[in-house]
Amino acid sequence: MAPDLELFDAVLELADDHLVLGHRLSEWCGHAPMLEEDLALPNMALDLIGTARTLYDHAGRLEGQGRDEDTLAYLRGDRAYRNLLLVERENGDFAHTMLRQLYFSAFMHPYWEAALGSSDAVISGVAGKAVKEMAYHIRHAAEWVIRLGDGTEESARRMGAAVDALHLYTPELFEEGAAAGCDALPARAAMRGAFDSTIAQVFAEAGLCVPEVAYPPSGGRRGLHGEELGPMLAEMQSLHRAHPGALW
Amino acid sequence: MYSQGLIGADGRTEETEDFLAAFQRRMDAEEKIEPNDAMPEGYRRTLVRQIGQHAHSEIVGMLPEGNWITRAPSLKRKAALLAKVQDEGGHGLYLYSAAETLGVTREQMTEELLSGKAKYSSIFNYPTLSWADIGIIGWLVDGAAIMNQIPLCRCSYGPYARAMIRVCREESFHQRQGYELCLTLSRGTEAQKAMLQDALDRWWWPCLMMFGPHDGDSLHSDQSMAWKIKRFSNDDLRQKFIDATVPQGEYLGLTFPDPELKWNEEKGGYDHGPIDWEEFWRVVKGGGQMNRDRITARKKAWDEGAWVREAALVHAEKRRARQLAAE
Repeated sequence: MAPDLELFDAVLELADDHLVLGHRLSEWCGHAPMLEEDLALPNMALDLIGTARTLYDHAGRLEGQGRDEDTLAYLRGDRAYRNLLLVERENGDFAHTMLRQLYFSAFMHPYWEAALGSSDAVISGVAGKAVKEMAYHIRHAAEWVIRLGDGTEESARRMGAAVDALHLYTPELFEEGAAAGCDALPARAAMRGAFDSTIAQVFAEAGLCVPEVAYPPSGGRRGLHGEELGPMLAEMQSLHRAHPGALW
Repeated sequence: MYSQGLIGADGRTEETEDFLAAFQRRMDAEEKIEPNDAMPEGYRRTLVRQIGQHAHSEIVGMLPEGNWITRAPSLKRKAALLAKVQDEGGHGLYLYSAAETLGVTREQMTEELLSGKAKYSSIFNYPTLSWADIGIIGWLVDGAAIMNQIPLCRCSYGPYARAMIRVCREESFHQRQGYELCLTLSRGTEAQKAMLQDALDRWWWPCLMMFGPHDGDSLHSDQSMAWKIKRFSNDDLRQKFIDATVPQGEYLGLTFPDPELKWNEEKGGYDHGPIDWEEFWRVVKGGGQMNRDRITARKKAWDEGAWVREAALVHAEKRRARQLAAE
């Protein structure tokens, strides 16, 4: 396979999004509000990490430098990570975690649907699996956003606080990043309609307002992250980096 | 994963002799008891306690392994560990459901766990200090659990026996996965080999304790045997475990931390050194290194999730009211 560095960069962005969010969800395992969520959260984490693995493997081949999935995941520092700021945000409370999941899956579902027809066989293959997963991530997260938004006074307050804290990260979802000009991947801006309609529908039922975002943060695609990604990667990579070259 | 003979069972029962004799005849005929069948109160109480302890062990058991999910050294291992810990949660879920068929709620059982009234397997009161612990837990802790649980698939209480069939299938997968992890470390760098040996040194004796006290010191075993809840004695299962495990450890190039461990041709099994029962009872009674931390972590998750559970109930109620109003 001839190296394709443009597509490599774009696939790496997608892989980083999935790994970082999957890792965040995995932090809940054993600490969720109820046993059913102790099963559901790792389940969604596994979907995301599974997608990340295939994408890293593909990215490694597109780059042609012999980097495999673990080299890409474990031996790059935070400045080399290209994930969206939304996915690196700390879990916060259950309302934050579910809203972050809703935003991500409400974007990725139409994205993977559009990628089903990709000229790149790996991308279309990933899309075939991911589109089904994103559909139930939306369903699961949306049900919780509605329950919490239209639950008790406290849950409504917490859900509102989550919207205040996270909605400003949604514009970055639509930035083209390295994918600009890659025919193998859908244009991100084209997901706007589907995303807005999912969010509007869920928020209406949850009694939440879609806020105006005056100054949307951005920079994840250029390796300009917040302060939370560094410590997350330091933990994630610590054992791997302590034993250079070891096989696990 | 769970093992350890039932702690503190109370099989006392007050039914008439005729009733008990009729029940025993069903036991002797290997009939399964189902939720709506008549059963001695002591039988019901013993099962609630045992299934509850088993379920709690699965839930608390998510914590020591969960400790390494965020540091798993490869993406493949990370996914495998996540899936494994998720399986343990699943076991907890259907075991709580099996216990609920005996007239106790999951909430009651959870409260007993958090208040310290209900026990769980002591093995989870040891800390996981290295990545090799994840392999050792799969290979040995799950291995010991399987020894105890395979006979439970034939337990006289139907819902428990049926739950155990699935649990055992998954545990045996976990055990092979754990052994494969150990095998990889045993073929790795010197540091990886040392990590593996260190983990075996720390976990071997606690694993042997998982089978519970020696037969002579095990209270209530006879009644559980007669009721076909328990099928083999603690010492028999422990011996079976040692005999199966030692050759596997030798294949990995490991040394067991027991100078008295040696093959006894005459009995066709291994002899082993004395088990430190003082340590066993200390950990059972709450004096292990992690007892306090484990319950604190469970309590924290439960307390911090209270508003979520409450919101879900209130929302469901609102929905019902709206539906009624619309009809």
